[in-house]
Amino acid sequence: MDLILEGILKAFYLLFTFDPEVMKITLLSLQVSGTATFISLLIGISFGTIVALAEFPGRRLVVSLINTGMGLPPVVVGLFVTIFLWRNGPLGFMGILYTPAAMIIAQAIIATPIVTGISLAAVQALPKNLRLQILALGATRFQMVWILIKEARLPLLAGVMAGFGGVVSEVGASIMVGGNIKGYSRVLTTATVMETSRGNFDIAIALGIILLLLAYLINLILTHIQQRERPR
Amino acid sequence: MSVPPPLLAVKDLQVRKGGTPVLEIPSLTVEEGTILSLIGPNGAGKTTLLQTLASLIKLERGEIFLRGEKVTSNHGLLRYRRKLAMVFQEPLLFDMTVFQNVASGLKIRGMGSGEMEKRVMENLERFGIPHLVKRSAHKLSGGEAQRVALARALAIQPEILLLDEPFSSLDPPTRESLIEDLEKILRQTGTTTIFATHDRMEALRLSDRVAVMNQGRILQIGPPAEVMNQPIDEFVASFVGVEAILTGRVVKKDGGSFVASIMGREVEAVGDVELGESVVFCIRPENVTLAAHSFKESSSARNVFQGKILKVVPLGLYYKVQLYCGFPLVAYVTSHSLENLALKEGKEVVASFKATSIHVVRKRIKT
Repeated sequence: MDLILEGILKAFYLLFTFDPEVMKITLLSLQVSGTATFISLLIGISFGTIVALAEFPGRRLVVSLINTGMGLPPVVVGLFVTIFLWRNGPLGFMGILYTPAAMIIAQAIIATPIVTGISLAAVQALPKNLRLQILALGATRFQMVWILIKEARLPLLAGVMAGFGGVVSEVGASIMVGGNIKGYSRVLTTATVMETSRGNFDIAIALGIILLLLAYLINLILTHIQQRERPR
Repeated sequence: MSVPPPLLAVKDLQVRKGGTPVLEIPSLTVEEGTILSLIGPNGAGKTTLLQTLASLIKLERGEIFLRGEKVTSNHGLLRYRRKLAMVFQEPLLFDMTVFQNVASGLKIRGMGSGEMEKRVMENLERFGIPHLVKRSAHKLSGGEAQRVALARALAIQPEILLLDEPFSSLDPPTRESLIEDLEKILRQTGTTTIFATHDRMEALRLSDRVAVMNQGRILQIGPPAEVMNQPIDEFVASFVGVEAILTGRVVKKDGGSFVASIMGREVEAVGDVELGESVVFCIRPENVTLAAHSFKESSSARNVFQGKILKVVPLGLYYKVQLYCGFPLVAYVTSHSLENLALKEGKEVVASFKATSIHVVRKRIKT
């Protein structure tokens, strides 16, 4: 029991004194996952909107693939990114294995299907006649798509949150392609795994609290979005 | 001398859905400043016709002309679409403020903010909702939302306004006040309007011409009274109803009752109208009584007219008697009274109906 209590006290001490090691890890986590989420937004929102609006043969298959991708196991992603970036792998010449860049790539691959799937659902959930109404107000196709995306902005924000939440708490791929190098590619999750295995529960708990706070913040925003009503 | 082309003309229009034709309109014209209503049951093709005219549905075949100019594909289509506005059954407002909603069509056209603000406020005032300008669209009631949707469409100052049953999801009092306001606005602005409805009273009240549709075709088109009094076939007859529809003008007013002149005959009815106003009377056949002779002690609230029977149509348990007594009238009689009165074509009879049994529809005040 003492172990836990002492750990929590030490954790809060580390947090409130802005321990440089903890801060550095947190900042890198936010940078890597933030960048990965941003990349996944660019790809996911465009792709999701296209699939939602277009009619083409095999659309069902594409939708089911996207939905499967939303549950992509991070270790599988980590495995394939590692193989591709391996010294004599197809992309080995880039020399970015065990760098934050590799982590961003892996996390973007994990987040993109999540953002795509939620964007697809968000645009599809808009009233069917809304597209016609926008065109009937004189919009070009491009203006129509832009207005639709703006109309779906809240559920899309939910996609952003879900994507970010998914990658910031992910450990498998990050440790495989990032290597958990101190001061270079060590993020909240990989650090927690390492400190726990070493028995440094105080730091592990401090990092855990930060992760929990992030998760809470994300869910707070998500709940707020989901409770909001659409106009008639 | 050349006659200016109609505002909108349609030729040989055909639309298919999944291979089967859902709309076939050999020809249709709409004159500037008039209101055409499309009536028909669900699935008659009213919505398809409106969406086709709004160029939201691909034509299988056919041509659309605006002021005599053919609407061509691609660039011409957008230019054409920007001259129209359409309001759907649902308000379909954007998740923004009322101001932004009403401004959206103008913003799409790249209008400057000064003029845009003027135009938005002008249209909110028209619909009596300037106080809602800053309200979020999702905090509006159904009636308010539909008013905003109409203001958004009219803000564009469309050459043609297309309305697809815009009142059908509203409760009766809300619907009534909105129809009244819209009628005023459309007449003031002289906006050419095509209006789909399944409520023939709405059609009668708002429109200059009525087109009855079924299975993707226009069965009959003409002035409301003509379509309703002389339906060309059984379907039109069953859909537009069986009443005699009479148009007249209020000539006398006395408390709750008034007298309207209908084709030279004076008919008394009950209702709140204004002198000189145009009214439409709907007289249901079951409220018309036929007799061989005029009875002396008829009450003053009863309209009595001498007339001649044009046609007797058997309808199972009773007969439909069409007669002419200075204006067309229809009565139902039982087979018993048919025999008693010896009713047949060409026979002179006396028809009577109570002032209170007339359904009065107020038309706009003629200026």
